[in-house]
Formats: sequence, structure tokens, C-alpha cells
Amino acid sequence: MKFKLLAAAVSSIALASPVFADLVLPWMSYRTGPYAVAGIPLADGYADYLTMLNERDGGIGGVPVRLLECETGYNTEKGVECYESTKAEGSLVYHPLSTGITYQLIPKVTADGIALHSMGYGRTSAANGKIFSNIFNYPANYWTAASAGVNYLLNENSGSLEGKHIALLYHNSAYGKEPIRTLEGLSEKHGFELTLIPVDHPGQEQKSQWLQIRRERPDYVIMWGFGVMNQVAIQEAANIRFPMENFIGNWWAGAEHDVIPAGDVANGYKSLVMNDTGSEFSIYDDIQKYVVASGKAAGAGDNLGTVMYNRSLYMAFLTHMAILKAQELAGTSDISQAEMIKGMEALEITDAMMAEYGLANIGPAFSVSCENHGGPGLGAVSQWDASAGKWNLVSDYLVADMDLINPLIQADSLAFAQENNITERCN
Amino acid sequence: MPEQVVFGMEVFLNGLMAGVLYALVALGFVLIYKASGIFNYAQGVMALFSAMTLVGVMNGQVPFSHLINAIFGTEIHHFGWHLPALAGILLTMGIMVILAWLVQKVIFKHLVNQAPIILFMATIGLAYFMEGFGDLMWGGEIKKLDVGIPQGINLWIDETTFNIFDYGFFIDNLDIFATVVAIFLVFALVAFAQYTKQGRAMRAVADDHQAALSVGVSLNFIWVMVWSLAGFVALIAGIMWGTKSGVQFSLSLIALKALPVLMLGGFTSIPGAIVGGLIIGVGEKMFEFLVGPLIGGATENWFAYVLALLFLVFRPQGLFGEKIIERV
Repeated sequence: MKFKLLAAAVSSIALASPVFADLVLPWMSYRTGPYAVAGIPLADGYADYLTMLNERDGGIGGVPVRLLECETGYNTEKGVECYESTKAEGSLVYHPLSTGITYQLIPKVTADGIALHSMGYGRTSAANGKIFSNIFNYPANYWTAASAGVNYLLNENSGSLEGKHIALLYHNSAYGKEPIRTLEGLSEKHGFELTLIPVDHPGQEQKSQWLQIRRERPDYVIMWGFGVMNQVAIQEAANIRFPMENFIGNWWAGAEHDVIPAGDVANGYKSLVMNDTGSEFSIYDDIQKYVVASGKAAGAGDNLGTVMYNRSLYMAFLTHMAILKAQELAGTSDISQAEMIKGMEALEITDAMMAEYGLANIGPAFSVSCENHGGPGLGAVSQWDASAGKWNLVSDYLVADMDLINPLIQADSLAFAQENNITERCN
Repeated sequence: MPEQVVFGMEVFLNGLMAGVLYALVALGFVLIYKASGIFNYAQGVMALFSAMTLVGVMNGQVPFSHLINAIFGTEIHHFGWHLPALAGILLTMGIMVILAWLVQKVIFKHLVNQAPIILFMATIGLAYFMEGFGDLMWGGEIKKLDVGIPQGINLWIDETTFNIFDYGFFIDNLDIFATVVAIFLVFALVAFAQYTKQGRAMRAVADDHQAALSVGVSLNFIWVMVWSLAGFVALIAGIMWGTKSGVQFSLSLIALKALPVLMLGGFTSIPGAIVGGLIIGVGEKMFEFLVGPLIGGATENWFAYVLALLFLVFRPQGLFGEKIIERV
């Protein structure tokens, strides 16, 4: 009789308590294929952060987090398949990790009411939240990156680039062409000459491009590359003895694997960044304790502290903060897909939050709003120290030229709105 | 001399050098196609696999260490040695011979007399298998390959041309080294095919494998030998390209550079691979230099295939390929 009473009591308590489903977070990884070198640490960082949350905190707001990793091989068709096969699981936010996949998913997530976060890639004009209700690309995008790069060069040249010559070496794809409009506008504004030099996929052979650079002798080379294109470009730059300190890659051309193959000659190469690098953040103590030491790390544990690992830790942190905000606004830990979007739109990242969660100064403080899904668009520059084998920040976070970029974002997003009969929101 | 002409001469020379690198990849295709009629889709992956193996062997990396550690909870990664390049190359060559034997034993022995498309499909399967197997064996991270090949501008050429043209030409030391190796390789392969017993047997199999069988030539041995030679050529190509870009998955994509070379030079000719490589290398570089700036650049891949297609229209067997006439 006592046992029956106890069982009844337990079951009634269980029924009375809210039953929380998992917080489902999909991750479109590319652990295979030509870009796996970047895809593996990215996937490991995100997975390890979520494992740490589950092991240390029991999830977010008491609800366990469930990672849905789906392999795309950086292939757009596979990325769309991944989306279709995981969206019914209650996925809260997608990280497509590819500009091509992002473009394909924009109409799909909008129709399905699911959030998409393309951090530092994807469609730049998605920063206009009035048009792109479900797409977020905070804290920075390609156009702000290009502008931050030019602002860095302005600082290096006492505020004037008049008469200077900058070459843009870019992957001949939609991704590589993203900064062209911004750089053309900045070239007009600041009076520097801009030369566009495309490199065909995959970029293993760049002799023509570097002979052109050698002939034309630009003062600076900005690179929008990915994969093998980066390693070959850095080696070719060294071969023609182009000064490495005048060679700046974007943030997909500035990881350890981009510079290590060239060895010591890569010393001094620079890269744009949207977040800080290294393993000095206190979060690494918890990752070691709750994830690596207990054998639950997603990889072999050898990517901790690398540029790509840190970037996905940062992505996971921003997702974590958005879920907390969504839970706060919804008044429940078990949030819906629509509530996740509200959380992302109300996201505010402060220095205190970054410090509290073990990532002090990993990026700038910023906030998101209904109108602005792109954040502040700040970018800094880091430089490779080959002897120490590490990247060092060599600039503050620089403010992009929003007077030039905002009209570009406005024009591109309005064109998208017209094509798709979208009316502006946030009014 | 006008500046553009001088620049054009520099581009021409660099085109020749690039062509040699393309030819190195194409040679592996030719060897297998010539001896067995198989278009080896896995040739690019063989270059990747051999380069990964070379780095792993030289650095004393324990093969499958990630897998072993994940299963047994161990922490083994390295044997603790670092081999000199020559020893590494010899050991890697041994592994490529074992691979050739396995490929013959497990796959092609069972596909004798099958249609060429079946054999081609088998090599596609082999390529995907080797991609994953290589990752599992040596890890997917990018690796630095240093076997002591000099890299960077050749100062003698730079100074000499500067004295003549008032503009120093850029020629990469690595490309010069690759050219010397390619010349040596072609002479060695031709001499092997012409003057050794095994080479003559290889040619006999290439001409008519049933006739070769009837006079006692072992098909198994010849095909293992040919796949081993292709593995050796893949290793050389892997070293040259891997030194430039690091050893990584994209090395397997160098096969894309070999296809137009093969269409142009012919699938069955060793000198054809070299001449085809040089024509493609010079053609694409000169086109990019002369026409590229007018149409936005990045014309090289496009031009190589267009040139190859033109050859297909007028000379389907390629410059040096054998004209195949089949009686109906």
C-alpha cells in the first residue's frame, strides 16, 4: 500500500511538472571534403561548448541541449538536405557555415519560421531585419570586414590612402565577390586604386595572379580566399617576396592551417578577425574539466584554442545568450522556434556577460534589434607570429564605414523585398 | 624591348613550368590507361594518399592513431622518430606497392574482361575509399611537407634577365626542380618500357593482353607493376604540389588539371602527357595574360578545357594517342 501511494505521489509530481523537450541546435558541419581543415575545428568547438553546458549546467535554463550535427561536405545540395531532414526536430537556429547554403535556406527558414545565423558569411544585406525577419548575421559581415580592413590601412597611412594601390585577390565565386562593391565605393571615397584579381576554384595554381601582382606592385593585397587558395597565396606571396605585413586576408583566410604550410615565410601575414583568438579564456578550464578530461570532446582535443575552434565557441556563446534571452522573454525554458527569433532580436552582449561566461573580451559588446540583425560590424586585425606559432591582435576593433555600407545594404535588401513581395516590418 | 613583350616572355616561361607540373599528374593516368585500358579516376587521390603517407612516415606518426585512441582510450600519436626525406620516400614507395597489390587483388582481378565503364566505376569507388582511408590513417588536418626542395625566386634568372631586359623574371626554384624531375622521369619510364623485360611485357599487355597471356606474361604481375609505377608518379606529383600548398584534401583535385592535358596529349602516350602539359600550361597562362584582363580574368581553367575540346573535335585521339579503329 505504501509503495502504491509513493508511486502515485511520484507520478502526480511528474505529471504536474512541466516536461521540457531538448533545446535542439543543428550544426551543418563539413568534416569531410576540400574544406574539412576548417570544418573540423568549427564543428568541434560548437559541440564541445554544448557538451560543457549539458555537463556543467544541465543545459540552458535547466533544459538539456541536443546537438544535431549533419554533414554537408560544404556542398550546397547536401546542406539543403540537412535542413529538410532536421527542421521538424524543433531546431531553434541554423548555422549553415556556407554562403551558398545560406542563400538557399533564406526563403526556406523564412517560410518555416526558423532562425538562421550566418556569422561573418552569407548574404550581407540580411543585416536589414526589416526585410530579413529570420536571418541574422551579427556581429559582422563581409562588407563591414572590407571597410574595417580599409580603415586599418587608413590608420597605417596617417589617415590617407590617396594614390595608394590595393589589389583584391578573391575566390572567383559569390563569396569572393562579396566585398567588391564596398571596396569600389571606398576606392572612390579615399582615392586609392583598386585592382581586382580573381582566382578560380580551388586555387591550387595562382602563378598568373602573382606574376600580375609582381608586375603591378600594389601597396597592399587584400585576400578573400578559402581552403587551399589561402595556403598557396601565402606561399606565392613569399615566393615573389611581397611584404607579408602588407598582405591581409579576411577572416576565412586567417587560421593556423592557412599559414603553417608556408612555415617561417608566413611570418607577419595579417588577417581580419571578428573575435579574439588563443586559449587564454577561462572557459577553457571548464572545457578541459567537463569535456576533454571526461573523454566527451568532439575531436581529439588538439584544436582547442585555434582560430576556427574559438570562432565556433563564440558562435555557440552567442547562441547560448540568445536562448537565455528568449527564455527570459517567453517566461519559460522550453522555447519555441518563434520565441528563439525574438530572443535573437533582443540579444545584448555586454563585457560583463562575456566575462561571466569565461570569454572576457572575445569580441566587442553589441546589441541586436528588429531593424538591425547585423550588429555593429566591427572588425580587428591580427598578425601571425611564426616563431611563437600564434596570432596576435594588432589593432582595436575598428568601426566600419556605415555611411557607405548602409545604403548598399538598403538597396540590396529592398531589391530582395521587391522580388519576393516582402513588406517592411519593425514599424 | 616593349614592356608587354618582356612580361609576356616571363608568363610564357612560367606557363612551361606550370605545364610540367600538370604533366606530372597526367603521367600517372597514362601509365595505367596504356597498360590496362582503365581510366583511373583515383589518380588524384593516390597523389594525396602518397603525400599524406610520406609526411606521416617522415614524422613517425602512428597510423590510425585517432581510431586506436578512441577505441582503446590510449594516447599514442608518434613512434618518436623523424626520418630523412629519402628514407621516407622509399618507405612510402613500399606502401604504394602494397596498395597496388591490394588494388589488383581485391578489385581488378575480379573485373578482368569487364566493360571499360565498369572498370572506371571501380576506380571512382577506389577514390572515395582512399579519401576516407587516408583521413582515418593519417588524420584530416593540413600537413607541411618539406623534403628539402628549394622554393622561391631563382636569383640567378632574376639577375640575368634583369641585366638583359631591365626586368628580372620570376621563376620558382620549385618549378625548376619539378622540370628536372619530370625530364628524368620521362626518360626513365621510356627506357624502362623499351629496354627492360618487364617493360616489354608491359607493352605487350598494353597491345593485346590475351596474346600476352598466351606467351606466358603474368597479367597480375604486370598490372601490380603498372599500378605501382602510377603510385610512384603520384608520389612525385604529390611531393611537388604538396610542397606548394601543404598536404591536404585539395591535392586530390589536381586531377582536374590533368584531364585537359590527357585530352590534348592522348591517353596512351608518355611524351604526349609532357607535350600536352606544356601546351596547356603555356596556353592558359598566355590567354590569361593577353585576354584575361579584357574579360574579367580567371580564364585558366576555362581555357584549358576549351583548348582540349577543340582538340577532341579535330583529333579525338589527342596529339600522340593511338587512333582506335574497331571493326563492326
